[in-house]
Amino acid sequence: MKQFATLFAAIDQSTKTTVKVAALADYFRQAPEEDRLWTVALFSGRRPKRAVTTTRLREWAAEVADLPLWLFEESYSVVGDLAETIALILPPNPSVDNRSLTFWINALRGLADVDEARRKIFVLEAWQQLGGAERFLFNKLLTGGFRVGVSQKLMTRALAKATGKPEAELAHRLMGNWHPDEVSWHSLIEAEDASADASRPYPFYLAYALEDGPNTLDDPLNWRAEWKWDGIRGQLILRDGNYFVWSRGEELMTDRFPELARAIDHLPPGTVLDGELLVWPMDAEKPFSFNALQKRIGRKTVPKKLLAEAPVVLHAYDLLEWEGVDLRSRPFAERRGLLEQATAALPRDAPVRLSPQLAFDTWDDLATLRSGAREAHAEGLMLKRADSPYLAGRKKGDWWKWKLEPLTIDAVMIYAQAGSGRRANLFTDFTFAVWNGNDLVPFTKAYSGLTDAEFRQITAWVCKNTQQRFGPVRQVTPHHVFEIAFEGIQASPRHKSGVALRFPRMKRWRQDKPLQEANTLDDLNEMLRIYG
Amino acid sequence: MTQTGVLTFTDKGIYCPSGDFYIDPWRPVPRALITHGHADHARSGMGRYLATHAALPVMRHRLGEINAEGIAYGEVRRIGGANVSFHPAGHVPGSAQIRVEVAGEVFVASGDYKTTDDGFSEAFEPVKCHHFITESTFGLPVFNWQPQARVADEINTWWADCAAQGKTAFLGAYALGKAQRLLSMLDPEIGPILTHTAVENTNVVLRKQGYKLPATVLAGPDIAPKDHPSALVLSPPSALGSQWARKFGPSESAFASGWMALRGVRRRRAGDRGFVISDHADWQGLICAIRDTGAENIYVTHGYTDVFTRFLNDAGWNAQVVPTQFEGENLDSGDAA
Repeated sequence: MKQFATLFAAIDQSTKTTVKVAALADYFRQAPEEDRLWTVALFSGRRPKRAVTTTRLREWAAEVADLPLWLFEESYSVVGDLAETIALILPPNPSVDNRSLTFWINALRGLADVDEARRKIFVLEAWQQLGGAERFLFNKLLTGGFRVGVSQKLMTRALAKATGKPEAELAHRLMGNWHPDEVSWHSLIEAEDASADASRPYPFYLAYALEDGPNTLDDPLNWRAEWKWDGIRGQLILRDGNYFVWSRGEELMTDRFPELARAIDHLPPGTVLDGELLVWPMDAEKPFSFNALQKRIGRKTVPKKLLAEAPVVLHAYDLLEWEGVDLRSRPFAERRGLLEQATAALPRDAPVRLSPQLAFDTWDDLATLRSGAREAHAEGLMLKRADSPYLAGRKKGDWWKWKLEPLTIDAVMIYAQAGSGRRANLFTDFTFAVWNGNDLVPFTKAYSGLTDAEFRQITAWVCKNTQQRFGPVRQVTPHHVFEIAFEGIQASPRHKSGVALRFPRMKRWRQDKPLQEANTLDDLNEMLRIYG
Repeated sequence: MTQTGVLTFTDKGIYCPSGDFYIDPWRPVPRALITHGHADHARSGMGRYLATHAALPVMRHRLGEINAEGIAYGEVRRIGGANVSFHPAGHVPGSAQIRVEVAGEVFVASGDYKTTDDGFSEAFEPVKCHHFITESTFGLPVFNWQPQARVADEINTWWADCAAQGKTAFLGAYALGKAQRLLSMLDPEIGPILTHTAVENTNVVLRKQGYKLPATVLAGPDIAPKDHPSALVLSPPSALGSQWARKFGPSESAFASGWMALRGVRRRRAGDRGFVISDHADWQGLICAIRDTGAENIYVTHGYTDVFTRFLNDAGWNAQVVPTQFEGENLDSGDAA
């Protein structure tokens, strides 16, 4: 584990991407091939199957540390990471382990075949033998979720450096279904004829937000506009008579959307579409809210009733592959033309629809269109250059998202709670209220939007203005008004205020605003009436 | 507020009715006993101050003209109906726990403390008492400090690496206490040690008192970084990344604090390195200190008060949370290290 721990330390200790990339590239040049392969797998979200439940891990760690379980849980809530909490809470051990990453991964996978008593013996021994970063990394392997400050983009760049292959090609090679058991370093990274799996998706092209509007862009004639839908981005792959649905997070979601299978009846094999998954029944004028879609995402298998109530369609906006040919280097206008042809003959009840383009001549026209986005149940607009290729990852220049301004309301902070992980010693989680007569009614929580300096300032204030404590939650003197921004509002009988907000965050700390001038429950209900 | 006879907890601070004095008050009072010179414990505006001889020079430096009197560690003084004495807290040079005895009942207000001997501050001494007021800055079992020599190795290795790469090593630490402790851990063979004005001001005061510190060069506004290759610069955290720091060209920055034990906090600081070193007791340190007092009644102040108090109660102590305005080791403001 030593070599992998050294790599991890180099990555974790630096905030400079050049340093991280150099450390990774070094590792990819020097480490044993199977360790390299597993490292690529881990850093691209693949992991050994979880051999032990986190419940057991917590119990065992508390037992070894001779601490009550509640105290372990309290510590975990501050640290914010289970693997790290366990590593910290066990007695320190300065030793270094020379066994390879692959050794440990295989040992963990061997646990699948033994009973729990033996698993426990193995884990406890490993905790005893490993110290510091190695123990933390072992726990990460145990608990899964290897997010250690290396994005896939960064890893791909390092791979390109180490192998001399183009980044975009590597990004594509690393997509989709592969597992270190079934591929070799050579077949995954180096082989000329990458005999790809039929399900392998293309890397998504992601847009940056257009903060200041489109006036900084060139001639509107060079641009195409579409609604920016409030669904989830998906790639529908039709190859070899099968269909595959991938989320932007590179999760294979085929089974969650059985209705998309009928796409095979209408579109030829060798077709890959990029679009938005939306709940949109055939006769509805507009898509349902994101809430409806959330019910679908949450289910691995979909009951018939839900399938009928919340049918999902793909609103296609790009064609990445047609007749088995990769179209990504062609101009967007050309891909769009082919997409329109391909979808022209689809019946009304097909699970794929063409996402319309919006006609406009001037940026002012477009601004007018954008102001109708909420009415159309869209989040705003997408702007794409007519001549843009389909790039990999988030790139500036050719694609922009121009979202609506969020809804806002001025609210009073009434409770505060300390954060965890990065924010372990700051008050960052707040509950906000609006006026109802002389009472303050809580209606939302928010955690983000303030600068570190503002969080420090409010933390100092909370310490001095705590009225009452409820465990980790502090009731504070009602004094500070914050402007809360949110994307949507829904009726919710579960909440005291009767409403639930979508993606609430703190837009501004209104230190200029007196307490009495915060908004009221009536204001909130009015928003619910208009936008709910 | 808790009423306990010998010491009571008021909105001005810890008060002794028998002696009519306060300990580390946060509002002006006629008579204040001060545990140590950090800003959240030694505030201005008190009528009279009493602190250890070793703590006074820094307090005078920071608070200006004050009506203050010194006391030796272990010396017993009668104030009204109370017998008062100061005992080393191991937190920073001159820091003390304050023992207050009235009619045979003994309270100890420990201020901030650290139980391991850092070889620089006067080492912590357990004081037997019935009632112990403890901090809980790092009162969670995830905080377990490494031996100081190991951390010193880590820091010196990092400094030597920086020097080898032609980079200036910036080490951020609070100006009183932590900075001088780090100075005592650095290996001057690696290169020159430069100090920010805020750090050097405290160095001057402490050197005059007889504390041994290695040679340092003041990195004032006229400093020519080129004249000091392989330097390590010791500065308050707030000066890291400032215009002054940028003068030094290629550099790496590190931060020394107990909070660096948490990966999330380390990453939030966004420096290059974090070294885990604190002038507060770790989990075991807190528990050992409490056990060694023999006290049955524990009052828990600044830090993870709720969790630590629950733990103590479960373990058989009679513990309660006492709200104070002390900050402990606050990463982002103040200078209590």
